[in-house]
Amino acid sequence: MALALFHLLIFPGFLFLFVFALAMEFVDRKLYARLQNRVGPPWFQPFADFIKLSAKEDIVPEKADAIMFRLMPVFALAAVVTAFFYIPMWGPQALFSFSGDLIVVIYLLTIPTLTFFLAGWHSTSLFSMIGATRTLTQLFAYEVPLFMAILAPALLANTWSLSAMTVFYDQHPAYAGLNVIGFIVALIALQGKLERVPFDIPEAETEIVGGTFTEYSGRLLALFRLAIDIEAVVGASLIAAVFLPFGFGLGAAGGFVIYVVKVLIIIALLALLRTVLARLRIEQMVIFCWKVVAPAALLQLLINLILSGVLRS
Amino acid sequence: MANVKIPIGPQHPALKEPESFTITLNGETIISMDVRLGYNHRGIEKACEERNYIQAMYLVERVCGICSHSHSTCFIQAVEEIAGLAVPPRAQYIRTIIAELERIHSHLLWLGVAGHEIGFDTLLMYAWRDREAVMDTLAALTGNRVNYGINTIGGVRRDISPEQLAGLLKTMDVLEERTKYYIEVASQEITLIKRLSGVGYLAHEDAVKLGAVGPTARASAVDRDIRRDDPYIAYKDLDFKVITDTHNDVYGRTLVRVGELMQCYNMIRQLVAKIPDGPVTVKAPRKIPAGEAFSRYEAPRGEDVHYVKANGTDKAERVKIRAPTLANLQSVAKMMENNRLADVPIIIAAIDPCFSCTDRMVRIHDAGHGRQETLSWQALHTYSLDWHRKQGIDFKALNAKLSRRMKL
Repeated sequence: MALALFHLLIFPGFLFLFVFALAMEFVDRKLYARLQNRVGPPWFQPFADFIKLSAKEDIVPEKADAIMFRLMPVFALAAVVTAFFYIPMWGPQALFSFSGDLIVVIYLLTIPTLTFFLAGWHSTSLFSMIGATRTLTQLFAYEVPLFMAILAPALLANTWSLSAMTVFYDQHPAYAGLNVIGFIVALIALQGKLERVPFDIPEAETEIVGGTFTEYSGRLLALFRLAIDIEAVVGASLIAAVFLPFGFGLGAAGGFVIYVVKVLIIIALLALLRTVLARLRIEQMVIFCWKVVAPAALLQLLINLILSGVLRS
Repeated sequence: MANVKIPIGPQHPALKEPESFTITLNGETIISMDVRLGYNHRGIEKACEERNYIQAMYLVERVCGICSHSHSTCFIQAVEEIAGLAVPPRAQYIRTIIAELERIHSHLLWLGVAGHEIGFDTLLMYAWRDREAVMDTLAALTGNRVNYGINTIGGVRRDISPEQLAGLLKTMDVLEERTKYYIEVASQEITLIKRLSGVGYLAHEDAVKLGAVGPTARASAVDRDIRRDDPYIAYKDLDFKVITDTHNDVYGRTLVRVGELMQCYNMIRQLVAKIPDGPVTVKAPRKIPAGEAFSRYEAPRGEDVHYVKANGTDKAERVKIRAPTLANLQSVAKMMENNRLADVPIIIAAIDPCFSCTDRMVRIHDAGHGRQETLSWQALHTYSLDWHRKQGIDFKALNAKLSRRMKL
């Protein structure tokens, strides 16, 4: 019981995730700044932001649905933290696993986006509502390619469990190289999920102020931002587990270092993506996702289907 | 979704100054747009009439923070014309150098703002970093980064040393290289082209009909530039091309501005090579003889027009300023048609608006009742005194007290 609580709350649970996510936010912001020829924030900036936001007043708009408005950040945070426990990190075995946890993780990672929509919708402000509709429109564009990209490696491994999948690729490392298209698709979809340039359409500040989060302030905004930071880390861990399943044989400490390096690489790739691109329009984004990203994911699915048929026979 | 009215402004992250655009949307598509001006009225024209010409010149320089030299030169040209002053050639060259440096810094600033409006913050950071080179040069030549204060009636206040001219040429080389890089980015970066081309379409006929000026008009193939058509200061001695474009959209406006940057570097090189020796100022009378003059100037944003009427005293009788943004605002409504909400910031930004330069009146608008009224200067004065009296502040007593203190 005590050990389980320690796992849940301290390591690798909430506290570790909190520190790790904010550290990764720093890496992302610093890289983004350096790539833009700026100095960038000091290492403690994300922590300082979190503390400062937490100390600020929470303002709930008069016409907003107060219960929904307050609950949504907590929901978002709970969903991403839960998803983390089913992802293999420094060993091929996740903290918890069962057959079909892949679907659960993908589902849990969709919840934050839904909470953004509901939060924006229940804020009843014009900008929030436009942001909310954009969030949902965008969700349908990147979610399907992401599902297909992550299911393709699962097909090859012939399992619905993330841990079993990692064990399979750990034993057959060469097969992981076949999932390159899926890796790129998943990276693009994760960028969309995190609502960052070029897919920051739902919170495009020059168009709709803060988008979904226009009415949020204080602790509630801090929780939302923490949820997004953790979502970035969890998303990066998921991609690392599915597409980069190497280096599990180096013991606990070595495995941990390799895990951090993998997450760093993915975070750096995402930061690079948002440095070199401009924000797309919503219809351009949807067209891009359905005409380019989805066919690429389908191609990966097809390759893996044929391969798994060849392997089994 | 039924039609929704979205307020862009008076306070909005996309706008650098308060101005109100009410946009009617159907889903994400713009149906119509309504502009309301008047949040920045500062009464500069009236204030000019209460000051002598030198003071008025400094005031006019503060009409705009970016094209400050444009306004002060435009105003002073009118005053010098009335007074019949012959400005020494060296002073005219110095004015032209500052004018072109100002255009460079304004266009680089615009490039950054345009990048920010389409969510391309890297372009903003790069363009503004390079803009620092111009700002530093301006500070070295005039003493100030903005509001240079180099003009005076009858010439300029500071001479430029040969070392400074050499430094200027070096800066131009650096900036030319950077600008070539931006041209490369503008012609290759896919998301940038996707966000800019076809957005804010303004057909050639519409640009002519709505009286668009500057880069906005030139991007719709309106071949009009005051520097060539009605040369002032030293422009008649310079060899340059007027950049026009046939894209008719925001992408065209970007290309025109970047193209103009390349012309600016060339012009500054010519100016440095040709600058004559001699005095930089002639003595100007304090009182300007009665008369009137009309002056045109190609500011970075387009044609700037000043009208000055003198009555023989040391103060102007009437000063009228028409900033380029006013001429371009009418075409914004046309550009908005059939675009998306996402394009609103970049379409507004593409005319390089400067609202505080434009505002010439305040209109009281009662949002609750839709009642509108215009106040005269006298009425506004009385209203202000009455309002303060109601708050318990009586200026009569205060004025009496102040004048008593002054006597002691």
